[in-house]
Amino acid sequence: MAVTELPTAGMLPGGPGEGVQVVIAGEELPTQEMTLSIGPQHPSTHGVLRVVLTLDGERIDTATPVIGYMHRAFDKLSEARDYRQIIALSNRHDWLSAFGNELGVALATERLMGIEVPERAQWIRMLMAEWNRVLNHLMFLGSFGLELGAMTPMFYAFREREDIQTLMEMATGARMHFTYCRVGGLKEDLPKGFLQYSEVLVKRIRHRLLDYEGLLLGNEIFKKRTVGIGVLPGEVAKSYGVTGPILHASGVAEDSRKTEPYLKYSEVDFDVPVGNHGDSFDRFNVLFHRIEQSLKIIEQVHAKLPAGPIMPGKMPKYLKPPEGWTYVRTENSLGETGYYLVSRGDTKPWRLKMRTPSFHNVSMIPYLLKGVLLPDLIAVLGSVFFVVGDVDR
Amino acid sequence: MAMTKEERTAKLRELEQKIASKKGIGALYGLVKGMSVTMRTMLKPAITTQYPHVKPDLPERTRGVIALKEENCTVCMLCSRECPDWCIYIDSHKDVMPPKTPGARARTRNVLDRFAIDYALCMYCGICVDVCPFDALFWSPHFEYSTDDLSTLTHEMDTLAKWMDFVPPPPPLEDGAEDPSQEGAAADSATPAAGTTEAAETQAPPAREERHDEEPPQIDQEAYDAAIAQGKPDREARALAKKAWILKRRKAQS
Amino acid sequence: MIFYHFFSNPWAVFALKLAAVFIFFLTAPLFLGYVEHKGLAHMQSRLGPMEAGKFHGWAQLIADGVKFIQKEDIVPDAADRRIFMLAPMIVIIPVSLVFLVIPFGPAAVSCHAPAGAGACGFWGENFDVGIFFVLAISAISVIGMLMAGWASANKFSLIGAIRGAAQLIAYELPLVLAASAVAMQAGTLSLVGIGDAQKAYWFVFPQIARFIIFVIASLAELSRPPFDMPIADSEIIFGHMTEYTGIRFGLFLLSEYAGIVSLSAIAVVLYLGAWHGFFVPWIPGPIWTLAKIGALSFLVIWLRATYPRLREDQLQKMAWKYLIPIALVNILLTMIFKVVF
Repeated sequence: MAVTELPTAGMLPGGPGEGVQVVIAGEELPTQEMTLSIGPQHPSTHGVLRVVLTLDGERIDTATPVIGYMHRAFDKLSEARDYRQIIALSNRHDWLSAFGNELGVALATERLMGIEVPERAQWIRMLMAEWNRVLNHLMFLGSFGLELGAMTPMFYAFREREDIQTLMEMATGARMHFTYCRVGGLKEDLPKGFLQYSEVLVKRIRHRLLDYEGLLLGNEIFKKRTVGIGVLPGEVAKSYGVTGPILHASGVAEDSRKTEPYLKYSEVDFDVPVGNHGDSFDRFNVLFHRIEQSLKIIEQVHAKLPAGPIMPGKMPKYLKPPEGWTYVRTENSLGETGYYLVSRGDTKPWRLKMRTPSFHNVSMIPYLLKGVLLPDLIAVLGSVFFVVGDVDR
Repeated sequence: MAMTKEERTAKLRELEQKIASKKGIGALYGLVKGMSVTMRTMLKPAITTQYPHVKPDLPERTRGVIALKEENCTVCMLCSRECPDWCIYIDSHKDVMPPKTPGARARTRNVLDRFAIDYALCMYCGICVDVCPFDALFWSPHFEYSTDDLSTLTHEMDTLAKWMDFVPPPPPLEDGAEDPSQEGAAADSATPAAGTTEAAETQAPPAREERHDEEPPQIDQEAYDAAIAQGKPDREARALAKKAWILKRRKAQS
Repeated sequence: MIFYHFFSNPWAVFALKLAAVFIFFLTAPLFLGYVEHKGLAHMQSRLGPMEAGKFHGWAQLIADGVKFIQKEDIVPDAADRRIFMLAPMIVIIPVSLVFLVIPFGPAAVSCHAPAGAGACGFWGENFDVGIFFVLAISAISVIGMLMAGWASANKFSLIGAIRGAAQLIAYELPLVLAASAVAMQAGTLSLVGIGDAQKAYWFVFPQIARFIIFVIASLAELSRPPFDMPIADSEIIFGHMTEYTGIRFGLFLLSEYAGIVSLSAIAVVLYLGAWHGFFVPWIPGPIWTLAKIGALSFLVIWLRATYPRLREDQLQKMAWKYLIPIALVNILLTMIFKVVF
């Protein structure tokens, strides 16, 4: 495409030549498209995503995400592992929301086997899931800033993450791959001092969120880079199956914690933050406010946590779900994670199909990147929150 | 003007948002605010801990390394089979034991020859520790065993036994939790790890050959009576009494 | 008196000056680099280097330098070999030459130079057109940048180099305009003269706008955050330096830090009263100059810790739409000021 063919009117707002007519003198001046391969090893794709771009100058003509560099055959592997092992494995496909993943597997198995999970276990699960959500969102808050050139938020995010990881380690023994869920309940109950530390952390993180606000949300340069970039209308988002903060930023408040509550989400009070424009800034803003909502849920769990056992009194010796299938949808940190579980009465699932949010988020890339500038690729990629392990599985 | 701290912060926040929402000044204010955030952080002490000089204070449940209490292992192979990436290697043989009373049938028992965990493969999920029915495997927060040689990451029995020294007692539970050690199991060596650290500190585990010569455990009458008095069923009481007898003998030996 | 004879020999003095400038050129960026390591770290709640040299990692940059020298000097197969290898030198030489004319202190009271009193002091050379020399020569670096970007045969490098060139063209203009207003106010092009003229008041005070313009334009010229698009690491890896390794990469880095020092020094001489201090007049001039350079350099580091990066077109818009008109108005005001008073 020659430069003259570029759309000058109706261009995405914030782009160059805003209201300026680009006129190239002399048609005989030939221009050529440039193919640029971003990734698989590139600092801004955090992982091994590859995006093949055709560029016209610095303007992106087409963008094709190439996925599969991290394919680990999770679906297939699940057919050769029993349910307890799958919980350990599911920690790993989206390493930033490990607890949310294992929760999904546990819920699916429990639903298939008809196990009633004790109240206390459900509340603790919710507490952990929300802390995990905060962990995950902090990571993306930090990395988005880093990709736009502000490196400090990343270190602040890791400062906060360190605290939360220590908290999670107290209860689960691990910092990333928790393996804390069991089919029927939880591995162990919370250790003494956990809730106290958790309360301290809620206050601390709420206070420290002001730092991010000062560094990014209120920063004029940050706004200049993100407002109006990568606009995703709600209808398009829905048609691509995008979920989670990205969908919310486009103005659609679809959250399975609200619409189809699992655990005890129907008993706590929280909002689903929504954006107005669906641009990069809105996505970031929604992510930021989701942390606040999660902290709100955590506080309610502190107040409402009942006493009792964390595993049902009678559990079968072998986990053999009866023949049948189930689909569990959970609102994971990055969006809706679904587990379609088919059992043939074996100790292993016959089929475990996952629906992961990152995969659908990445499918938006060609749509969002069309016509934007190369520097905005970063603003868009950083705000389409995805984990490559979760894309490829 | 008596204003609480929260009120003052709320008022300041309100004022701040008012400034920030103005067009020209707001942008400038945002830029200056960012500078103040970094400067404030610089004036506060850094949170970095100087790792090799300052050791981290890890929670008791931290999954650092798996320790093996060899004498508890009955070579049931559950851990090895349940391991999602099959990194536990177990070799054993059957030993024929002389009959307890003359004329009775000779008994066989499994003898552990090799128990090794390949930490290069291990994904620290803890399933092996979970499934072990005889409390032979424990988590320890010890983590400093990195090497520059992959093959040395396969820890054999002696190394795994050494890690027992690093196993802390399990932490007390949060209010409202049901303590699993209170139900069923006896109180004497109820918390396995607590007992084991004590054992590891006070006495070295007896060598395998030695153990075979030991006479089979008998019932400790005192413990049996105590358990019956607690309303335990006979089978459980007998098991507890046997356990108590073994502990007593061990104490006597040391 | 051998001493006297030594200083009356212009060649010996010349050699001595060169040595002094060269040593300053090598040590100041190292010191600044260390301050950046530590300052940036503490702004991010970290400690920064702590091990090298035992005490708070003071020897980290020396260790880095040794590492750069040891590493293999890789030239890509497709690269234009000679130009690729020449580019770092082209970048670094102009930066080092700037230090030759920066005055660090007032003219010496007694001077034995043949030219007479006032001809020697804490500077390498007192050009009559010092400000012109400085601005002209510091712009040469971009040629090295373009050479590096083109010769690397790497698309990322090329994009980075082109961005760098575009940025330089846009920002050289406000830089020169802001500086020429100062020259007009002082009535001289000599840096020593400009320094002297600020005895009564610093030039930053009458019109703070041009100082801000100068700082912004210098940041853009140095491609430091928030204007680091030519080396934007999350988009185009490392711009024109992507393919460089070892000592050649080290030279690029050295030139970046030397550039910060040199442009800070120019800003200090032009706006912040050069060697003139306040409140504590007994502190010697050179120390004042160094302290001010340090403070300005710290500002550069501080900005890096705080701000995200602008986009190339936003940067251009800022230069042509705001900075250049403001700088022109500023020149007009200075002219009126000069004529009326």
